[in-house]
Amino acid sequence: MSVIAPPPAATERGPEVQVDHLAGRKRRSWAPLGFLAPSGTGFLIFTLIPIVGSIVLAFFYWPILGEHRFTGLSNFTTLLTDDPVFYRALLNTTIFVVLYVPINFIVALGIALWISPRIRGRGVYRVLFFLPAVTPIVANALVFRLLLQPKGLVDSALTSWFGAAPTNFLGGQASAMACVVALAVWQGFGYNMLVFSAGLDSINPNLYEAADIDGASRIRQFFSITIPMLSPSMFFAAVMTLITSFQVFSEPYILTGGGPGVATQTMVMYMYQKGFQFYQLGMASAISTVLLLIIVLVTALQFLGQKRWVHYDG
Amino acid sequence: MTAERAAHTPALVGQPAGAAAAVPSRPGRSSVDRNRPAVLSQVLLTLVLLVFLAPFVWMLATALKPAAEVFSTPPKLFGSELRFQNFAEAWSYVPFGRYMANGLLVSVLGTLLVCVTSVLAAYAFARLPFRGREPLFLLYLVTLMVPQEVMIVPMFILMQELGWVNSYQALILPWAFSAFGTFLLRQFFLSIPKELEEAALVDGANRMHILVRVILPIARPAVAVLAVFTFINYWNSFLWPLIITNSADLFTVPVGLNGFLGQQGSQWHLLMAASTISMVPTVIMVLLLQRHLVRGIAMSGLGGR
Repeated sequence: MSVIAPPPAATERGPEVQVDHLAGRKRRSWAPLGFLAPSGTGFLIFTLIPIVGSIVLAFFYWPILGEHRFTGLSNFTTLLTDDPVFYRALLNTTIFVVLYVPINFIVALGIALWISPRIRGRGVYRVLFFLPAVTPIVANALVFRLLLQPKGLVDSALTSWFGAAPTNFLGGQASAMACVVALAVWQGFGYNMLVFSAGLDSINPNLYEAADIDGASRIRQFFSITIPMLSPSMFFAAVMTLITSFQVFSEPYILTGGGPGVATQTMVMYMYQKGFQFYQLGMASAISTVLLLIIVLVTALQFLGQKRWVHYDG
Repeated sequence: MTAERAAHTPALVGQPAGAAAAVPSRPGRSSVDRNRPAVLSQVLLTLVLLVFLAPFVWMLATALKPAAEVFSTPPKLFGSELRFQNFAEAWSYVPFGRYMANGLLVSVLGTLLVCVTSVLAAYAFARLPFRGREPLFLLYLVTLMVPQEVMIVPMFILMQELGWVNSYQALILPWAFSAFGTFLLRQFFLSIPKELEEAALVDGANRMHILVRVILPIARPAVAVLAVFTFINYWNSFLWPLIITNSADLFTVPVGLNGFLGQQGSQWHLLMAASTISMVPTVIMVLLLQRHLVRGIAMSGLGGR
């Protein structure tokens, strides 16, 4: 086919001739503009403007109704010097991320490895382990709330079959956070499991055979073949999981309401509260700007650190 | 699905993580130990799966119980009767049909919009040379890093300015133009050999014709993956609908469930019936995509969500 239509011929006929290519001859086409217009217009209005707006707004006093005015850094200084709840939300979000990301990884990798080619009906297992990742988070969280509340399944099973004292898991400072993490892992690890499954399936089995012949142990093979070959998938999953885990909202909002007190209040929850319950949109924007800075920083660090452990030469 | 069929599915097309060429790990390789059917392993994995799915089982069981038997000590899976009428009751207790209709309308229209605009833009980025293409694409890429949550406040003010607070367009439009779909499809289009189009170009076909007749048939799996996950994202979205709607007429399903919880915290049998109903569309979507699931996730770069 390339013989019939060599690239120059195609360029000559193609309506979208780039001006630079044909020095001086102006046969510019409007085709690219036509293809880009619908997406580009929406992208400008609903993506670029809000992104710039979120940073600009952070420097304003901006109530939901009424006059707004420029206040410089005062939103940030209020947050950082005069707002203990903000610090608590920052701390809670960090605790959540530090717990959630590694557990998510270990469970996802473990299950992906477990559903090896030796398991019959792998596709069925994969779909079923993935199911909570697509059911509505709110519905998932409601189910967990029913399971974990006083006299719920977990509490009543422990008291009636194991003689434990009745416990309100959602009411304790530490246990409430543990519940939020458990819910998030249960519903969240499916994506990474599938990413790892795809990575594992693409490893050349000859590598393992060669290692078998060389007498390498299973554990040695795991660390010398599986992990390096999987490292691009793992890096990608790590970047995505970290970004999304900083945005945790629905799980604590439905499961604990941020409680007890502010023990599971997260940054996005606090942003929601400031913006849409106390109607301080400027302050809410300042919170989300801090969140964005943290996410950019963490992601940049990951890209800087990837050379040390990610192998792209598979 | 047999092990053999599953082993063939993950042929990685344009996987962002840069995986090597797919080598189907066929069962029946030489190493005996590696391919011995793992009965014990399979039984244990099935047990883990059952525990993992227990929350869903409990949800369904609770949805069928009489109200008074939701909290029993010791816990019982079944109540004194199976009350299927709980589903009908949940449906009429709150305007749940309305929430479902809203959710479907928003998700279907949003998905259509995302697919059409992404296909067009992705084609321009993949195949049509124009001045400033690379910088513009880079700009698209950079915005992928900015989470929705960060854009929520300015988006709300934009909706106020447009007079769209509490409207269908506010539920659909703000998230229909993310760079994600464009990025995903561009990667896929780049993997299609150019020769296919060049033949058509020589025959005098215009670009739109080529896109519809040549490219789209090949790209169907990629568009399907984008459509299914866009639908699921719209259907499950909670924070934005919570902020932008203030009348029950416009509530989507998650907002409706949240309102249900606030309104009647004690009606857990109805709440679980409603939760069960809310999961049906997304579960159907995933079952439809089941065969492409692993490849689709790898291809679309949806990991970690």
